[in-house]
Amino acid sequence: MMTATSAAGWRRYFGWNTDHKVIGVQYIVTSFVFFLLGGALAMVVRTELAAPGADVLDGATYNQTMTNHGTLMIFLWILPVVAGFGNYLIPLMIGARDMAFPRLNALSYWLIPPAGLLMLSSFFAGGAEAGWTAYVPLSIGGPPGQTLWALSVLLLGFSSILGAINFLTTVITMRAPGMSFWRLPLFVWGMLATAILSLTATPVLTAGLILVALDRMVGTHFFTVSSGGDPILWQNLFWFYSHPAVYIMILPAMGIVSEIFPVFARKPIFGYRMIAMSSMAIAVLGMTVWAHHMFTSGMDPRLRIPFMVSSMVIAVPTGIKIFSWLATTWYGKIRLTTPMLFALGFISMFLIGGLTGIFLATIPVDLHVHDTYFVVGHLHFVLFGGSVSAVYAGLYYWFPKITGRQYDERIGRAHFAINFIGTNLAYLPMFLAGLLGMPRRVADYDPSFTSLNLWATIGGFLLGISVLPFLYNALLSWARGPKAEANPWSSLTLEWQTSSPPPPQNFAVIPTVTHHPYAYGDTPGAEAVAAPATAGAGGSR
Amino acid sequence: MSPHAMPHAEDFRAGQALGVDHRKLGMWLFIASEVMFFGGLIAAYLHYKYSLGFPEIELLNVVQVGVNTLILLSSSLTVVSALAALQAGRPGRMALFLVLTIVLGVAFLSGQAYEFASLYREGVTLTSGVFGSSFFTLTGFHGLHVAIGVVWAIVVLLGGLRGAYTAERSMGVEIFGLYWHFVDIVWIMLFTLIYLIP
Repeated sequence: MMTATSAAGWRRYFGWNTDHKVIGVQYIVTSFVFFLLGGALAMVVRTELAAPGADVLDGATYNQTMTNHGTLMIFLWILPVVAGFGNYLIPLMIGARDMAFPRLNALSYWLIPPAGLLMLSSFFAGGAEAGWTAYVPLSIGGPPGQTLWALSVLLLGFSSILGAINFLTTVITMRAPGMSFWRLPLFVWGMLATAILSLTATPVLTAGLILVALDRMVGTHFFTVSSGGDPILWQNLFWFYSHPAVYIMILPAMGIVSEIFPVFARKPIFGYRMIAMSSMAIAVLGMTVWAHHMFTSGMDPRLRIPFMVSSMVIAVPTGIKIFSWLATTWYGKIRLTTPMLFALGFISMFLIGGLTGIFLATIPVDLHVHDTYFVVGHLHFVLFGGSVSAVYAGLYYWFPKITGRQYDERIGRAHFAINFIGTNLAYLPMFLAGLLGMPRRVADYDPSFTSLNLWATIGGFLLGISVLPFLYNALLSWARGPKAEANPWSSLTLEWQTSSPPPPQNFAVIPTVTHHPYAYGDTPGAEAVAAPATAGAGGSR
Repeated sequence: MSPHAMPHAEDFRAGQALGVDHRKLGMWLFIASEVMFFGGLIAAYLHYKYSLGFPEIELLNVVQVGVNTLILLSSSLTVVSALAALQAGRPGRMALFLVLTIVLGVAFLSGQAYEFASLYREGVTLTSGVFGSSFFTLTGFHGLHVAIGVVWAIVVLLGGLRGAYTAERSMGVEIFGLYWHFVDIVWIMLFTLIYLIP
């Protein structure tokens, strides 16, 4: 009963399975494949941009490459990989046996591979070239590949909505005895806020995509400008989802680092309730800021001010989190393991992304740098420096739990170093290029930007290379790494109080939770949050 | 069923879950997402209604659609009666009310089909202009939801005839009812916004 992986073997990952742990791994591995594909497209983009002139790709191919890069990275990598963490961890963290709707859960996953194939097949149907934002009329007039793009994102949206229903229902109805809301791990709080956003924002994108698909496939006139169709309507519908989508991508990341800091600083998390509530505040405020993407779209100038203010207000809950994490490490007994390094990298790089977000929310600055590389630098610091760093941190942190094996720490640290240098080298020059006026989404540029772009290209290739040690480490350790203990980091949250990997039913007996999950340091010997369910599942102590 | 799902179901029956049934909560959350979906379509319709004026609204037959609205609203009553009959231990009566619900749902859809056909004869089609596109998309998606509801009602009816529901095990009927009432409420919104408000 305690040997989870060996008996059923790797084959169960390739078929319909309703175990949330199998589905979690399916999500994570599938999305990582799309990450590699999206990264390969980024390498193509950076090769083109290494020198001025449209020398490698023509304009249309460049547009297809950057469109698919953006869409793959957002819709098929970060969104599903955090859903994978949610699937794997939430039932374990709240002391449940599975998600509330296991079959619906499997369906949410199985929508993703066909959607990904649909997206990639757009290359063979003339390509999708309207960018990940698919602004009309570009996305209406484009080649047939644009229809496949819209259908693919539509499917991914369904997957997200079903996942959100499942996460919310699971957290609300399936917590173990004693697991009150104020004892939920912060990752669960982050996923709760994320699920609320997915549930409320995604359907609006679904509606918008249906309008685009109908225009393209049936011949309706929602966005036919000559019949009175309004391109701004698409921008409103799109950003009503896609700005909250930024929080959908960053709130789980913040949840991941909130788990990691107390473990590797051996201190109780600072401001538990403030971190939990700031996630909720971001979820609510996040619904009110979308039009800051449209300052230059010809909106009523009087509407700009409220959107600027609401966007800036988001800095407050975000700042609360950052200061809480720093305070958690203050005088801590810090262990610089790979997850901790990535979590620290997350703070420093996400901070740059977050602060430049305030620049962009400021109307006069935005009018100047809109659609320049400043925006590209900003969003990559948030999504790569932020979300991807946290995803890596989480992959290393839970690697022993998920695989039952320990990864190689030295290769992990080397991965962090290359990744950290590569991120900063790739994206910092973009701020400068943007401020100097280099427009985004163009294959060619003025020769005065050559050296900045060359640095970015070198950084980009470093990021490409940084994946190699990770893959080597992950694959080799998964196959042949030393067996991991149930609780190698001496963590207190529930997922570590069962074996590594956990048995199919997670806990032999559902644990009874008796206190807060972050009582590190101040409790002698750091007791687990719950009485170990059985001796076998009880972990290392 | 996979082995881990068995004790999982037992935990639910043990009533560990805040007193909220997970199926009911799941349905409410699904409805929340549907509210946002229709919100997006309604926003598109209203945006164009107020920016373009939509002179085609003159062609809408408020009386015919008003009758159709009454038909759909009374179907909510039959759904409530079906659930009440089941909970009172009278499954035969429940089946009768479900049949009535199905008849009313089909009647509404027929009325909608008649309305669509009349508009097509007047030259207002899905592709004739922004009004046609947004009107048929919005009301058509509602009609699709009614059609799904009718299919669901048939499934519940067949389950009821097989004896799948009892006074104590009525959740399946109740959840169907939640969906049906939601679809009704959407229609009240649409009827008001499209047909009544100038």
